[in-house]
Amino acid sequence: MAWETVIGLEIHVQLTTQSKIFSGASTRFGAEPNTQACLVDLGFPGVLPVLNEGAVRRAVLFGTAIEAEIARRSVFARKNYFYPDLPKGYQISQYELPIVGRGHVEILLENGERKRIGVTRAHLEEDAGKSLHEDFHGYTGIDLNRAGTPLLEIVSEPDLRSAREAVAYAKKIHQIVTYLGICDGNMQEGSFRMDANVSVRPVGQEEFGTRTELKNLNSFRFLERAIDFEVERQIDVLESGGEVVQETRLYDPQKDETRSMRTKEEANDYRYFPDPDLLPLVIDDAFIEETVRDMPELPEARRRRFEEQYGLSAYDADVLTATRAAADYYEAVVAVAGDAKLAANWMMVELYGALNKAGLELAESPISAKALGELVLRIADDTISGKIAKTVFEEMWQSGRSADAIIDEKGLKQITDSGAIEAIVDEVLAENAQQVENYRNADPKKQPKMLGFFVGQVMKKSQGKANPKQVNELLRKKLE
Amino acid sequence: MSELHQKSLRELGEGLAAGAFSSVELTEHFLQRIRNHDPALNSFITVSDREALRQAGAADERIQKGEGGPLTGIPLIHKDIFCTHGVKTSCGSRMLDNFISPYDATVVEKLADAGMVMLGKANMDEFAMGSSNETSYYGPVRNPWDTERVPGGSSGGSAAAVAARLAPAATGTDTGGSIRQPAALCGITGLKPTYGRVSRWGMIAFASSLDQAGPMARSAEDCALLLSVMAGFDERDSTSVDRPVDDYLAALEQPVKGLRVGVVKEFFGEGLDSGVGASIGEAMKVLEGLGVELVEVSLPHSRYSVPAYYVVAPAEASSNLARYDGVRFGHRCEDPKDLEDLYKRSRAEGFGAEVKRRIMIGTYALSAGYYDAYYLKAQKVRQVIAQDFRNAFDQADLLLGPASPEVAFRLGEKSDDPVSMYLSDIYTIAVNLAGLPALSMPAPRAHGLPVGLQLIGNYFDEGRLLNLAHQLQLATDWHLQTPEGFE
Amino acid sequence: MTLEREDVEKIAHLARLAVAEEQLETLRGELAGILRLVEQMDELDTGDILPMAHPLEMTQRLRPDLVTEENHREEYQAVAPLVENGLYLVPRVIE
Repeated sequence: MAWETVIGLEIHVQLTTQSKIFSGASTRFGAEPNTQACLVDLGFPGVLPVLNEGAVRRAVLFGTAIEAEIARRSVFARKNYFYPDLPKGYQISQYELPIVGRGHVEILLENGERKRIGVTRAHLEEDAGKSLHEDFHGYTGIDLNRAGTPLLEIVSEPDLRSAREAVAYAKKIHQIVTYLGICDGNMQEGSFRMDANVSVRPVGQEEFGTRTELKNLNSFRFLERAIDFEVERQIDVLESGGEVVQETRLYDPQKDETRSMRTKEEANDYRYFPDPDLLPLVIDDAFIEETVRDMPELPEARRRRFEEQYGLSAYDADVLTATRAAADYYEAVVAVAGDAKLAANWMMVELYGALNKAGLELAESPISAKALGELVLRIADDTISGKIAKTVFEEMWQSGRSADAIIDEKGLKQITDSGAIEAIVDEVLAENAQQVENYRNADPKKQPKMLGFFVGQVMKKSQGKANPKQVNELLRKKLE
Repeated sequence: MSELHQKSLRELGEGLAAGAFSSVELTEHFLQRIRNHDPALNSFITVSDREALRQAGAADERIQKGEGGPLTGIPLIHKDIFCTHGVKTSCGSRMLDNFISPYDATVVEKLADAGMVMLGKANMDEFAMGSSNETSYYGPVRNPWDTERVPGGSSGGSAAAVAARLAPAATGTDTGGSIRQPAALCGITGLKPTYGRVSRWGMIAFASSLDQAGPMARSAEDCALLLSVMAGFDERDSTSVDRPVDDYLAALEQPVKGLRVGVVKEFFGEGLDSGVGASIGEAMKVLEGLGVELVEVSLPHSRYSVPAYYVVAPAEASSNLARYDGVRFGHRCEDPKDLEDLYKRSRAEGFGAEVKRRIMIGTYALSAGYYDAYYLKAQKVRQVIAQDFRNAFDQADLLLGPASPEVAFRLGEKSDDPVSMYLSDIYTIAVNLAGLPALSMPAPRAHGLPVGLQLIGNYFDEGRLLNLAHQLQLATDWHLQTPEGFE
Repeated sequence: MTLEREDVEKIAHLARLAVAEEQLETLRGELAGILRLVEQMDELDTGDILPMAHPLEMTQRLRPDLVTEENHREEYQAVAPLVENGLYLVPRVIE
């Protein structure tokens, strides 16, 4: 039987506010345990929450970016359950009336087509703390620094039909939130966390199969592998006459499998009700206008602009706008170098090649955008040749010094004095009289190829510094 | 000197300012009275005598420098529901028997800033759940008018201490009548302000959408002085109202002639003790004598207020009390065998029977399949009740009725029957559901015991409430009567 | 609605309250009594009425995004039953 996969994602995005969603404690990552947990975060008797404006504005930015309806009135509710990393015994979240309503994003499929994926809703809520399971003589340690960090939970429609599509969608959301600057996108630190609801159904069947919820997917690779494993598992279960159990499953990256979470927990009964400590959140047009006025350019718009303004191919524009960091880097290179196409080539080929080889992210590049721009500028203004530039690039990568300093010190400056080049050309022609003779007698179609020999000889004699363009021109003239 | 504990707050303030006595002397006087009389009443959970004398010394310095205000140097007690920095804050519960608060409630902070001296923390029903002060982990409080009777609840310690002149003033909280009913049963004046008028920061939550702090003292004038300090916007409380505080002292002196006061028909029906009814009738006659116009009004759905309340309040409480899990503060059971055992035993041991009942009722009302029938239904009933009041205030400036259907009952009389206990708040609960201000003040005694006259105001009309109460107290001496043995 | 013993057990578990076997029946009776009181609401037709969650018609105020809190871990953990290295300790949680 042929099966169709149905996937919906729930993505938890930590927002980049300075302080927590309901308290004035810092959200900075990596502090000593419980040093950023104030009375409100700890749920002390008598404390009360007050909503952070920064979190609301970030939710509005996201909603606007995915063309969703921003709820003029939304309500915070309590989700009640007991867990040690949940200090109050309830999580403040939004339930019936979320701040961001139905929206959508577009993903690029492998066949080059674009597919629209629905976003059901996005709501504000508070993050929980962390349980540390290292051995404290049979105890678990609780660190509540993360408790109260603002989260935007983005829920997709069950529109995704493969693990690949799920990854493309997750990457698109990641791209949007980082472009907007509402999330730092750091997956290692848990700033962007994904859960997947996965089910399968026979092709052609209307109703959905029973779904399982996959947790602990903290990279795009794990997301893809977990879904692939789970789809296989569900199909195996169904094809051997079994039934899929609706449950939460944990992905184990070591074993590359999903397993049922061993809880004898009763069917969850979260007893949601409106939080009486918080009032309805009412947003007016002025608030939205003020928020979106400084909205950063979104990936789609920036891609189109790169094509138009810099004359880049669709492919190059896509690569260079993949992340906001890349697009910002690229534009900083162009600002210095001037030549947009040359800048694109150098960034995508040399820089990305070197980063890839070293296993580094763009943010960790030893060569800054300005430094790369200066190098590209020296190629563009004929100070050095592209070939020499590769040597300079390597030197810059190693030493962190500027292109100009390296060119100066090593005397790599290109020879552009036509007299000097002519002298070398004449020398080469004189030394290779037989080849000159052959060239002149050859079929004109073969001549360009034969010219390469003379160019090589000239470059060798000039230690690579002669301007190749000028050399070519002179040789052609003299060999006529 | 022996008369110090009979003075009003205004008189005490004037005496302190004039140097007739110092705050230290005044504080020592009350501490001595507490030592002498509280063993019979149990109105205190904590007496913070050393800290009180330190605060009194500081108040005296302030007064000497001419920097004192009208309340500087005057002692008071806080209901043990208010967090007090460095002082045990138990909320009447074993759960918080070991809890020393690391911060002050806004109310505590404001009164301390005004220079008031904290004598200690008042006994109360556990987590403010009760109408007799019998649910306290620290044992029942006794009514100074008859120590075999309850003082009412949940602010029973505050009411008993003020009635017995162990403190000139106290703070209380009112979720379903917890200021007004004990004020009534102990013969003092207590005001529950409009929801949002006084900050809830640092006031341990019972039912967040109903809880409101207020003053408890001997007269409306005393309450006006206290409320002037307690009221006001607090950015730490999202439900606090950003609106200027009225001049309550100036309001006291307004003329009351021609004021229309609605007599709530439903508060005089079946279930009202005839002695209490007669007492309220007497107070009404005096009001008429003052030129007040009494009109009959109806709150036709008031009988649904107790049922709706016992969904809304427990539902909120079940969630508010989930934080007591034995992890970060409060009681933790011995040797928990696993996480679930830690939770279940810590909570079962830390909470008393009434708190557990309410947590369970609230949990049930919110659980899947019952939410609409209970919680949502109760919120709709709440709307109906609030509408009743809106209609009534179209016909009257203030409303009037008894605060409690009967005088103080005997200890143990209702403690085995939760429902009959709940019904003792039948005249006070609707006010909390609507969020309105109301006060209870002494009417003539019945059966030798205090009776509370309840006045209900429109939103933010505390000034008018205090005005009428003050004018009535100028014309009568019911509020000046002191229980025997405590003069 | 009638309240069964199993309901009481389920609620007690949801609320994380240990209830001794022999107390269940008494508790069931008390809770059932309270529910009978509560169910008097059913007499009232509340069809189109808007539920009231708050006494006042106010909306949520927003706090500027500023860090206003400092580290007070020692003070806050002074009242904690069990801490080590700045962490609150609970019986081992198995995931």
